[in-house]
Amino acid sequence: MAHIAEHYTEYHPRWLRPHISTYWWLRKWSYFAFILREISSLFVAWSVVYLLLLVYAAGQGAAEYEAFLEWSRQPWVMALNVSSLALVAFHAVTWFNLAPQALVVHVGHKHVPGSLIAASNYVAWVVVSAIVAWLLIGG
Amino acid sequence: MQKQIKLQVARYRPEQESESVFDEFEVPCPNDWVVLDGLNHIKDQLDGTLSYRWSCRMGICGSCGMTVNGEPKLTCATFLTDYAPGPVRVEPLRNFPVIRDLIVDLGDFMQKLVRVKPWIVRAAEKPLSSGEYLQTPEEMDEYKQFSMCINCMLCYSACPIYGLDPKFIGPAAIALAQRYNLDSRDEGAAERLEVLSDHEGIWGCTFVGECTKVCPKNVNPAGAIQRYKLNAALESVKSFFLPRGA
Amino acid sequence: MIKRSAEPLLWMTFSAGGVVAALVLPVLLFLFGVAFPLGWLTPPSVTHLAAVIGHPLTRLALVVVCTVSLFHAAHRFRYTLYDGLQIKHLNELIAILCYGGAVVGSLASVYLLATF
Repeated sequence: MAHIAEHYTEYHPRWLRPHISTYWWLRKWSYFAFILREISSLFVAWSVVYLLLLVYAAGQGAAEYEAFLEWSRQPWVMALNVSSLALVAFHAVTWFNLAPQALVVHVGHKHVPGSLIAASNYVAWVVVSAIVAWLLIGG
Repeated sequence: MQKQIKLQVARYRPEQESESVFDEFEVPCPNDWVVLDGLNHIKDQLDGTLSYRWSCRMGICGSCGMTVNGEPKLTCATFLTDYAPGPVRVEPLRNFPVIRDLIVDLGDFMQKLVRVKPWIVRAAEKPLSSGEYLQTPEEMDEYKQFSMCINCMLCYSACPIYGLDPKFIGPAAIALAQRYNLDSRDEGAAERLEVLSDHEGIWGCTFVGECTKVCPKNVNPAGAIQRYKLNAALESVKSFFLPRGA
Repeated sequence: MIKRSAEPLLWMTFSAGGVVAALVLPVLLFLFGVAFPLGWLTPPSVTHLAAVIGHPLTRLALVVVCTVSLFHAAHRFRYTLYDGLQIKHLNELIAILCYGGAVVGSLASVYLLATF
């Protein structure tokens, strides 16, 4: 419910104050992309839960771990994980793209260009992903 | 025969309507006409009772902001031909109370603007005899972008957070606070932080980013707010570990 | 109840969690959520996986990843509820549920990895 700061409303009962729809984020694409980005938080939380289930299974031995891998092939688990991957990746891309807005780095008297800060985030993403993948299925 | 375009103009006349209605007008649409020219044509030729604000016609005064086909725009910088064949829907800025037709009340912003002290604050003023406060071009570049704001309120109109919670201090006021914080001559950052580290200050912003998209002066208020958040968070960590004066 | 002074700290964990979640979670989800179940890649054996997780550095890293990612999610979802559904009047209940969930999840991760 939108209502404007009290101090000047009561004396002006005839001003028009349109109400904001609960579904304002359906009004245009950029608002919807915003709410999608914020909803990615739920999928981040699910990813952590899934990770902890994996850790638990791996700690219990071969039988539990096999059962976990079997469970992860169930259609609904796959569907959940594919959508989680999509939204967590969306989170990552939006996060890296917006990072230069908060982080302004100076070298001497010069600003480091925002594109360079975003690019360094992407490089870090590739490096971290490669290390994790190598730890798990490489070496 | 002169090209024409249809304008659908929101009307709200409190003495006769309790909701806004649309009036339709056919106006000429030469290539060099902006939406504001269309409104002036209506006012001069078709319906003298239409109420709206405008002044400079050149994107400096910041008074002709309206919602054009759903987007906040300066009507002096929005060409009618870009909307051909029309119709073009002109409404008052969103998120503010409408006084009449296309006129909104900006009192809320004016109150907030003062709270962030948008002027140079000094702990102690230098005596006049010791001359000006000097500044290098590099020091000016630090804040120049944020000083371009013309208070046109397009950012408030685009900001869903301000619409949902009018207590939120809003994009332009925070960008202007940042303009003075980043000024090498200013010493008021701590006073402003007090106002802006409030829940209704910077923390209410969830970085929708629309304010930056609609800004006609490329001020980038969204960037200013995120920088401020980082700065405020670091300050609060600092004051936690090094209380007072360290 | 959210004190104003808590907001900067919550934002710091939100930001740290945003970075960590963006860097680490996609590859893990891709491997264990998509590539292994679909048979694109062969999953590691349980002994290999247990050795990787059991390393003290991995355990520490996983606790950090889980904790800050959960606080990131809790903070962001709290504001999503305010903005998306206009239920700011339930502020305190929402905050307790969101951050409470993050605390429970973080404690679970500490327990799991400390006893691994």
